[in-house]
Amino acid sequence: MPQLPEIGPEQQFKNYLAEGKFMIQRSRSTGKYVFYPRVAIPHSGETDLEWVEASGRGTIYSITVNRGKNGSYNVALVDLEEGVRMMSTVEGVETLPIGAPVKAKITLVDDAPAVVFVPVEGE
Amino acid sequence: MRMTKSLRGKVAIAGVGSFNVGNVPGFSAIENLGGAALRAIADAGLKVSDIDAVFSASSAHAFPTLSVCEYLGLKPTFVGGANVGGASFEMHVVEAALALEQGLCNAALICYGSNQRSAGGRLVSMAEPQWQEQPYRFRMPINGYSLAAARHMHQYGTTREMLAEVAVAARGWANLNPEAFERGPLTIDDVLSSRMVADPLTLRDCCLVTDGGGAIVMVRADRARDLPQKPVYFLGGGMAQWHRSITEMPDLTITAATESGPRAFEMAGVKHDDIDLLMLYDAFTINTILFLEDLGFCPKGEGGRFVQNGTIAPGGKLAVNTNGGGLSCMHPGMYGLFLIIEAARQLRNEAGERQLKKADIALCHGNGGVLSSQVTTIFGTENAL
Repeated sequence: MPQLPEIGPEQQFKNYLAEGKFMIQRSRSTGKYVFYPRVAIPHSGETDLEWVEASGRGTIYSITVNRGKNGSYNVALVDLEEGVRMMSTVEGVETLPIGAPVKAKITLVDDAPAVVFVPVEGE
Repeated sequence: MRMTKSLRGKVAIAGVGSFNVGNVPGFSAIENLGGAALRAIADAGLKVSDIDAVFSASSAHAFPTLSVCEYLGLKPTFVGGANVGGASFEMHVVEAALALEQGLCNAALICYGSNQRSAGGRLVSMAEPQWQEQPYRFRMPINGYSLAAARHMHQYGTTREMLAEVAVAARGWANLNPEAFERGPLTIDDVLSSRMVADPLTLRDCCLVTDGGGAIVMVRADRARDLPQKPVYFLGGGMAQWHRSITEMPDLTITAATESGPRAFEMAGVKHDDIDLLMLYDAFTINTILFLEDLGFCPKGEGGRFVQNGTIAPGGKLAVNTNGGGLSCMHPGMYGLFLIIEAARQLRNEAGERQLKKADIALCHGNGGVLSSQVTTIFGTENAL
């Protein structure tokens, strides 16, 4: 395994987010993407990972709405165009249909930058 | 001879016990465990000092086998404390079978205890937060299951009414079980109109939060035949796990039970038609539907339609979760061991009003995490050997 950089992939991802960039990892040799960030592509094990900017385009794979005394919020699984899935939330709507297109944006959640999604206009 | 067949019929459950199931303030987790262990050991006709192997997993104890052995004063020659969530105890059965068969121990205690309900009424989870989930306030574990249910409805046309039918069937069985915590009438409308917790799951689509302890004692088959209770033989077991976080589950409608099930069936050498009782870990109503499909009792996507019209309720075509399940009987944090206790009671013909007419082979399927770990075990009476 090649020498790892000074900081691990989780912290690198968070550092990019702090710079306003939503970056994901891709293997240079096979082009496979991985998310959440880690030290190798799962299963096949490629370690020649580079950071590339995510398209931010995705669709809702599944979505649920947590309802409680203090209001409600959705938790979504979003399939990115790059072929990886991530957990997130869709802002500005209670929920969306499965399959609906969404677009990523970076926002502050509890004072830390996080990737959230918004519905794609006109859909 | 296939290696996987080598454990079939070699070991048996010789004793079972449960303790303080329900809402029992004033008892700690280890006290509930201890009470159940004493009952299981006495049921097996053994003394505490006869136990020389201990298996346990817990959200209350970081080192469960250390806590159990100290509390009961055991000096085991073999222990297993691996934790794969609620399915841990089905895994412990496979581990105990291996250790017993190899002569590493002679009497294995598999045990669990929790005071989750009286200690606060919320599902305690030792699970560490997943950093990639944390900003989104993922509710562990329910959101894993509500996301799976939403996806199943989208892909296969499963409806909330079909999910509710699972809860109604479980309540039907609970009404025949004096140990069940939630009893009384429950209709599909009651389930649909109860409080929505996480779309599409209402309060009545979710398991209970109870206190309770459970334990079983396993020995080699030859010894089991000399002990007081009718032996409940281990016929087969299989395990599989694919992910930790729900984001990493490839298809939310297909669980690793599709692998653990065939492994268990192969070792047991039985067919689906041979199974008299299915004990499926029903933490949420979607679980029962997914496991009926993934274990091969109905085609993928048909689980919702399969359970309609009382198929799995008392008097239905297929006996599922005859104790009332996690949905209506009990769910003290980790429920997997109680699936096996109910199966043993049915196979020993001790299930009272809910006793099945024919109960020779039972399948117990444990689930842990967010549909993460799946362990299938199959047990049988003397007739099944």
